[in-house]
Amino acid sequence: MSHLVLRQVTKEYGAVRVLHCIDLEVGNGEFVVFVGPSGCGKSTLLRTIAGLERASSGEIRLDDRLVNDVSAADRGLAMVFQSYALYPHMSVRQNLAFGLENSRMPRDEIDRRVTEAAKMLLIEPLLNRKPRQLSGGQRQRVAIGRAIVRRPGIFLLDEPLSNLDAELRVVMRAELAALHKRLSATMIYVTHDQTEAMTLADRIVVLRDGRIEQVGTPLDLYNNPANRFVAGFIGSPRMNFIEAETIPIAGGVGVQVNGKQQRLPHLDLAPGSKIVLGIRPHSATVTEIDQGTIPLELTLVEQLGAETILHGKTDRGEIFTVSAPGQGRFSMGERIGIALPPEDLHVFNAEGQALPRG
Amino acid sequence: MSTITGERGGQASSLSSMLTLPFRFLMGVLNAPMSFLQRRFGIGGMGAVFLAPNMLIFSVFVLIPVAINFAYSLTGGTAIFFDDRHFVGLGQYQTLLTCSDYTTPSTCLQDAFWQSVHNTAFFVIAQVTVLVLVSLGTALVLNREMRARGFWRGVFFFPVLLSPVVVGLIWKWILQRDGLLNAILMDFGFERTLWLAERSWAMFWAIFVSIWAHLGFYALILLAGLQAIPRDLYEAAMMDGTGRMRTFWRITLPLLWPNLLVVIILALIKAVQIFDEAFVLTGGGPGTSTMFITQYIYETGFAHVLRNLGLASAASILMGIVLVGLTALQLGVSNRRARKEAV
Amino acid sequence: MSALSTFLLRRRGGTGWHWTDVLSYIWLALGLFLMFGPVLWLVVSSFKTPANLAEFPPTFMPLDAQVAQVQGYEQPLPLFRVTLDDGSEKILAQVRRVGIMAQMVDPENPGTVIRVPIDKRTPVRAVNLATENYAEPLQQFDFLRYFQNSIFVTVMATLITLVVNSMAAFALSKYEFKGRAAVLGIILATLMVPLSVIVVPLYLVVNSLNLFDTLWGVILPTVATPTGVFLLRQYMLTIPDELIDAARMDKASEWQIYWRIVLPLAAPALAVLAIFSVMWRWNDFLWPLIVLSRKEHYTLQVGLNAFSGELNVQWHFVLAMTVLSIVPVALIFLFLQRYITAGIANTGLK
Repeated sequence: MSHLVLRQVTKEYGAVRVLHCIDLEVGNGEFVVFVGPSGCGKSTLLRTIAGLERASSGEIRLDDRLVNDVSAADRGLAMVFQSYALYPHMSVRQNLAFGLENSRMPRDEIDRRVTEAAKMLLIEPLLNRKPRQLSGGQRQRVAIGRAIVRRPGIFLLDEPLSNLDAELRVVMRAELAALHKRLSATMIYVTHDQTEAMTLADRIVVLRDGRIEQVGTPLDLYNNPANRFVAGFIGSPRMNFIEAETIPIAGGVGVQVNGKQQRLPHLDLAPGSKIVLGIRPHSATVTEIDQGTIPLELTLVEQLGAETILHGKTDRGEIFTVSAPGQGRFSMGERIGIALPPEDLHVFNAEGQALPRG
Repeated sequence: MSTITGERGGQASSLSSMLTLPFRFLMGVLNAPMSFLQRRFGIGGMGAVFLAPNMLIFSVFVLIPVAINFAYSLTGGTAIFFDDRHFVGLGQYQTLLTCSDYTTPSTCLQDAFWQSVHNTAFFVIAQVTVLVLVSLGTALVLNREMRARGFWRGVFFFPVLLSPVVVGLIWKWILQRDGLLNAILMDFGFERTLWLAERSWAMFWAIFVSIWAHLGFYALILLAGLQAIPRDLYEAAMMDGTGRMRTFWRITLPLLWPNLLVVIILALIKAVQIFDEAFVLTGGGPGTSTMFITQYIYETGFAHVLRNLGLASAASILMGIVLVGLTALQLGVSNRRARKEAV
Repeated sequence: MSALSTFLLRRRGGTGWHWTDVLSYIWLALGLFLMFGPVLWLVVSSFKTPANLAEFPPTFMPLDAQVAQVQGYEQPLPLFRVTLDDGSEKILAQVRRVGIMAQMVDPENPGTVIRVPIDKRTPVRAVNLATENYAEPLQQFDFLRYFQNSIFVTVMATLITLVVNSMAAFALSKYEFKGRAAVLGIILATLMVPLSVIVVPLYLVVNSLNLFDTLWGVILPTVATPTGVFLLRQYMLTIPDELIDAARMDKASEWQIYWRIVLPLAAPALAVLAIFSVMWRWNDFLWPLIVLSRKEHYTLQVGLNAFSGELNVQWHFVLAMTVLSIVPVALIFLFLQRYITAGIANTGLK
C-alpha cells in the first residue's frame, strides 16, 4: 500500500506536450480510475507513474520519496497491461515467478506466493500451461496474478478489461472490485469506458488533451460535472446539450427555446448571455407534442424492455436523446414533446464551464 | 536460477534444454558485466551497449576496408603496405578506363578488364533474362494444385544450397571430354564437343549452370508472391468466364509485378558479382572468354605474381558503385511496396 | 496403374485438358531430370573405381572387375567370360597377357593353362561400390583436416553471428538513441555490397591483425552480417513493446530482457539465420581462398577446388569428397526445408 503524489508533472515528446501540469494525490488503499477519450494522455500518465516513461518536469512522490529518477524496476509498483503482456514462452507459473526471481527471492517464498495468488484467482489448474493455451479471461487472471505476487505498493492497470467480451468484462469488473477490497491495495486504473470508471472507482480522474478536467467520486461527477466535457463523458446515454440565450422572465432569468419559455434553476446570470443547457436523457420527460418545451421528431426507437430510448432531432437539427420508462408505443417519424424539469438542468457558459447553481 | 525455471517448464523438451545449456551458461556469465554497464549508462544507454560488438566488428571488417579501398585505389606500385606505396591520384582509374574503342576490349589499356566487363555484361543480360523467365515458369507450375507439392518445390530448390564449388565440379564432371553429356550425344550420333574449351560454349555453360544453381531461389520468392494473390480474384475471374491466358495477363502478372521487380533486381545484383561457379567450371577460360569482373579483381590483386592492389581496388570501386546503385533501386522498390501495402 | 493415371490425369476443376496442363507436366519432368540428374550422376560416379571412371562411354552403375583366388597363384586373378574354340562360353581367370594372347586358367581346374585371343574374352564385372574413394582421401590426404576446419569455421561463425547480430537487432528495434537512424542507414546501404568489392582492403586489415592464414581470419570478417541484423530486427519489431515494459516492471535487467524474453521469442528468426549462416559459411569460397595459404588450414571448399585444379585430376577422389561435402547440406535441407523455404519467401535473403 502506497501513497502517491504528483506535483506539476508534465511530459513532452520533442515539441509535443502530452501531459500538462498534472497535480494529483492518491491515498492509501484508494481505487482511482483515469478516464478519458483515446489520446487524452491517461496511459502516458500511468506509464509515467510506473517509471516506464520519464516525466519531463514536476515531481512524483511515492510515500514521500521523490522517485523521478528511480527506474521502473525499483519503484515497487506492478502493472497489468492492456495486452496482458504475458511472456508467451513461459508457463503460467514461470510468468508469475519471473519478477520474484529477478529480485532474488528464496525459492520457497516464491512458490508460496505463486500458490497463494493462484488460489486466490482460481488459476491453480493452469499453472503449467502456456499463455496461448488460455482463454482471454484466464490470461487476464494470470496478468493480475503476476501483479499480486509482487505485493506492490500500487497496482497500475492499463485498460485491463478492454480485450474481453462484454459479458466477461462485467464478471471481471466485479472480481476486480472484490480483489481491491480483499487486498485493500492502492489501485490506479486506466479506461476509456465510463461505465467501468463509475462502477469501480473510489475517485475518478477525467482527462482530456493531457489535462485533468475534474477529479471526484463517481456520483460527484455525475451530479455536478465541472464542465461540458465531463458532463458529456460521464453517464450513459450521453447528456443532451441545447444552445440558448438567456432572457428575463417572471421571477428571474430563463431561456427561450422554440418560442417557448423555459425556467432555469436559480442562477446569477445577466439576460442576453449565450449559454448551453444540459439535460440527461433520464431527466427529460416525454409529453404531448404541444406541451413540451422542445418538439422532437423521432429517428430511432430502441426498445430495451424496462425503458425505451428515443433518439430524435429538434427543429433546429440538434440531436436529442430521451428515456421513457416502460415499453411505450412510439414509431419513427413521430413527433413528440420534451419537457425539461428546471431542477435537473445543467447550465454551462459559452466556454463550457458549469455555472454554479444558486 | 535459469535452470530451475527450465526444469519447472515441464513442457520444454529435455533435448532443447540440453542444447541451450551452454548458451544459457554464457548468458548467465555475461549478466554481471552487463548489469554493471546498465548501472553505469542507464537503461537508455544500453542500446549503444548492445549495438557495440556488432558495430565494432562491422567497422573493422567492412567500413574501414571500404575506406581503405578508396585510399588504395589512388596509389600505385606493388608494395602491400600503404606507407610503401606512392600516390598516383586517379591514375589507376585512368588506366582502367583508357580505351580507344569501348566496344573492342583489345583497344583498351587494360584489355583484360574490359574483356571482363564485356563478358559480365553479356552474362548479366542473358542470365537474368532467362533466369527470371524460367523462375516465373517454375513458380507458375509449382503454384498449380498438385500432389507432393513440397517434393517438387524441393526438386527445383535444392541446388540453391549447394556450394558454388560443388556446382562447378558437378557440371565440370558432366561436361568434360569423356563426360556424360558427350556420351549421351554421341549415342544419338552427334560429334564429340569440348564444351568448356570452346569460347561460345563455355559462356553458354557458365550461364546455364548459374541458372541451374539459382532458379529455385527466385522461383520460391515468386511462388510466395503467387500464393499471396487472393483466391477470390481467380474465382471472380472464373465466374466472369475469363480465359486462362487472359487471367494470367490481367490478374496474375499485374499482382505479381512487385515480386517480379524484386526478383529482377536481386538477380541483377547477384549476376554482376558472378565468380565462384564460373571460376570452378571454366577458370575464366578458354583464354579470357569467361573471365568476369570479380575474377579480374581477384587475379589482379592476388593471383598474379605482381600484385597490383591499386588497380584491383579501383576496379572493385567501379563495381561497387554499380552495386550500390542497384541496391538503392531495390530498397526503393521494396519501400514503395511496403508503403503500398501499408495504405 | 489406374491410381497413377488418375494422379497424372487429375485436372483442376475436372474439365477438359488445357495446353498449360501438358506444359506443366513437361516442365516438371524436365525439371526432375535436369535438377536431380546431375547430382545423381555425381553420387553414382563417386563410387566408381578409377578404371571404371576412365571408360567411355561411361557405365551407369559403378562396375568393378571380378577377381578370384586361384590355387597356386598368390594374387587374386581377374575373371573373364571366354568364348572357347568350340563355341561354348566359360569363365576363366587370367594369369597374364602376352601380346594379343592371354594365358588363362579354369579356377576349378587350375593345373592347365589355356591360351585365349584377347578379343575372345570380356571381363566379368559386377556392381561394386568403390568405398575406398571415400576412405583414402580422408586418410592419405588432408580431407579430414579440411572437414574439421570447415566445421570449426561454420560453428564458430554461426554462434558469433547469432549472438552479435541479435544484440544489435535488439538495440535497433527496442531502443531509442542518437544515431540509430544512421546505423540503420549504413546497414541498409551495405546489405548487398558483397565481399568481393572489399577483398583487397579486407585482406590488408586481416593481415595487419595477424589473422592471415588463420581460421579466425575466415570467421571474423563474415559475422557482422547486415543481412542478419536486418532480418532479426524486422522480426523483433513484431515483439510487443508491452512485454518489455512488463519485464522492466518485473525487475528484469536489460540483459535479462534480452536473453530471457527477446531471444526466446525471436527463436524462429534466429533459426532461419542459423540455417543460412551454416550454409553461407560451409559454402564460402572466395574469402577462404584468399585468406588461407597453408594446406592444413584449407576449408573443404578450398581443398576441393585445389584438388580438382591439379594437373592430374584424381576424379575418383574429387567426386567422393564432393559428395561428402554435400552431406551436411543435404541433411539440413531434408530436415529443415520448411524453415528454409519459409525464410526465403518471407525475407528474400540468400
